[in-house]
Amino acid sequence: MAYSDKVIDHYQNPKNVGTLDKSSKNVGTGLVGAPECGDVMRLQIEVDDFTGVIRDAKFKTFGCGSAIASSSLATEWLKGKTVDQALTIDNMTIVEELNLPPVKIHCSVLAEDAIKAAINDYRVKNGMEEIKFEESVVH
Amino acid sequence: MLKLPVYLDNNATTPCDPRVVEAMIPYFTENFGNAASRNHPFGWQAEEAVDYAREQVAKLVGADPKEIIFTSGATEADNLAIKGVFEMYASKGNHIITATTEHKAVLDTCKHIEKLGGEVTYLEVQADGLIDLNDLEAAIKPNTILIAIMYGNNEIGVVQPIRQISAIAKRNGILFFTDAVQAVGKIPVDVIKDGIDIMAFTAHKMYGPKGVGALYVRRKNPRVKVTAQLDGGGHERGMRSGTLNVPGIVGFGKAAELARLEMEHDAKRLGALRDKLETELLKIEEAYVNGNRDYRLPHVANISFKHVEGEGLLMGFNKNIALSSGSACTSASLEPSYVLKALGLGDDLAHSSLRFGLGRFTTEEQIDYTIEQITKTVLKLREMSPLWEMYKEGIDLNSIEWAHH
Repeated sequence: MAYSDKVIDHYQNPKNVGTLDKSSKNVGTGLVGAPECGDVMRLQIEVDDFTGVIRDAKFKTFGCGSAIASSSLATEWLKGKTVDQALTIDNMTIVEELNLPPVKIHCSVLAEDAIKAAINDYRVKNGMEEIKFEESVVH
Repeated sequence: MLKLPVYLDNNATTPCDPRVVEAMIPYFTENFGNAASRNHPFGWQAEEAVDYAREQVAKLVGADPKEIIFTSGATEADNLAIKGVFEMYASKGNHIITATTEHKAVLDTCKHIEKLGGEVTYLEVQADGLIDLNDLEAAIKPNTILIAIMYGNNEIGVVQPIRQISAIAKRNGILFFTDAVQAVGKIPVDVIKDGIDIMAFTAHKMYGPKGVGALYVRRKNPRVKVTAQLDGGGHERGMRSGTLNVPGIVGFGKAAELARLEMEHDAKRLGALRDKLETELLKIEEAYVNGNRDYRLPHVANISFKHVEGEGLLMGFNKNIALSSGSACTSASLEPSYVLKALGLGDDLAHSSLRFGLGRFTTEEQIDYTIEQITKTVLKLREMSPLWEMYKEGIDLNSIEWAHH
C-alpha cells in the first residue's frame, strides 16, 4: 500500500513536533491511544486567555506514518482557531485532506480524539465543565 | 558500489537465481511436455527433467528421490502432511502436538483438524523462542500420532532442537513432521541424521521459483504414508494428483543443487553481515534482539527498537530498503506478530520490531547503508515519540491508564 504524497510530506517534515509545559494553566494536553495498539498521540494546545485563540499547538506521536501525518496536520489546523472552532475539526476532514485509505481511518479518529482530549484538559484546568463527546464509532 | 533498493525481506521470498531461470526456460517452450505423457518424446523429456530435479532436491536434504513429493508450495505441503497423517493414522490416534510460533499454514491446518474432531496441543515457547523439551514429553499421550515442530522460524530465525525432538518422537512411536521452509538450503538439513519423518519445504525461499514446493515422506524406518488431499490422476505416488509444474520443478532442482554447493559459503558470509548489522544496530539505546541468538538461522535478525512503531519506522526508508515489521498497523485487526507475542514480548515491543532476512545477493555496502538509515530514522522518530519522552523522564509506561481502542 502506497502512502499519499501529503502523508509522506508530513512524515518527512512534520509540523509542530514538540512539548508544551503541561503544568501551565493555558496548556491543554490530550494523550490518546495505547502502546499495545501501536498508536499513541499526544497533542497539546496553548490558549490565549483573553481571546480564546489557540496560539500554539504541538504533538508527539508513536505510530505509523498516517498517525504521524494526522497529528501533524491537526496541529497545523489548530493554530489560530478558537477553542470552539477547534471542536469542529472532524476526522473525516483529515481523511480527505491526507487521502487516507480505509485501514488508516483510525489514525484520523485518534487525532480527533486527541484534539477533544486536549480541549477538555484545558477546560477542566480553567474551571469549565468537561464536554461529553459521543464515543467515536470507527476504532 | 551501493545497489538500491536493498532487499532484506528474504524470509518472505528470495529472488530467483539467474542460473535457476536459465535452467527453467527451455521447459516453457521447446520441452513443454506433460511429465505424465508416456507415449512420446515430449512426455519423456519432461519426465526425465522431473526425475533429475527430484534427485537434486533429494540430495540437498539427504533423502531418496522416491521420498520427494512435489507440491505447489509449502502451504500445500504443510496441509498434506498434517491432514494426510491425521486421516491415514486415524486408527492409531487423533492427537497432534505443535507450537504456538508455527507458521499459519501449520497452525490453521491444526485448527481445521480440531474442527474435524482431532485434538491439538499448542506448546508455548520459552522467552527465546525455543520449545521446552520437557513440555513436549509431557504433552505426549497414548493417542498422539504426530509432532509438528518447525525447523527455523520465519520471523525470528530461531532453530528448534530438531534432533532431540525427533528422538523423543521416535522413542514414543510418534511421527515427526517439520516445516523446514526457512532452513532448507540455508543450513544443513539431513532427514536421516535429523530423524525427520515428514518435511515441507519450498523453492522460492532458496532462490528458486514460486509455486513449487515439496513434501519429504520417509519410505523406511518407518514407512510413512499420507492420505492424498487432492483427487485426480494419482501423480506423485498417489499422494498428490495434478499435472507436474515441470519448469518450476526444474528450477527447484537447480536451486537445490546451487544451495547444496554454495550454502556453506553463503551462510558464512551472511552470518558475518548479519552479525555486523546486529552489533551496529544494538548500539542504539533500547534496542533488543528477539529470539535465541545462538540457535538461529545465520541470515536472520529480529530487532525491536523500543518506543518507535515498526511501520512508521519502515516508512523512513522503505523506498530504498525492503524490510518487514512485526507491527501490523495495516491489518484490520491491528494485532502485532503472534510469534513475538508468544515469546512474551509486550505488544509495544512487538509493534516496534523489524525483521531482517539477508540473502545471497545482499552486499556489505547495502548492510552499511541499512545500518545508517535505520539508526537515523530511529533517532528521528524517537524525537517525535511521546513514549520515548516519558521513558526519558522516568515515567513507568505501565502505570498509565491507556485508552484502549
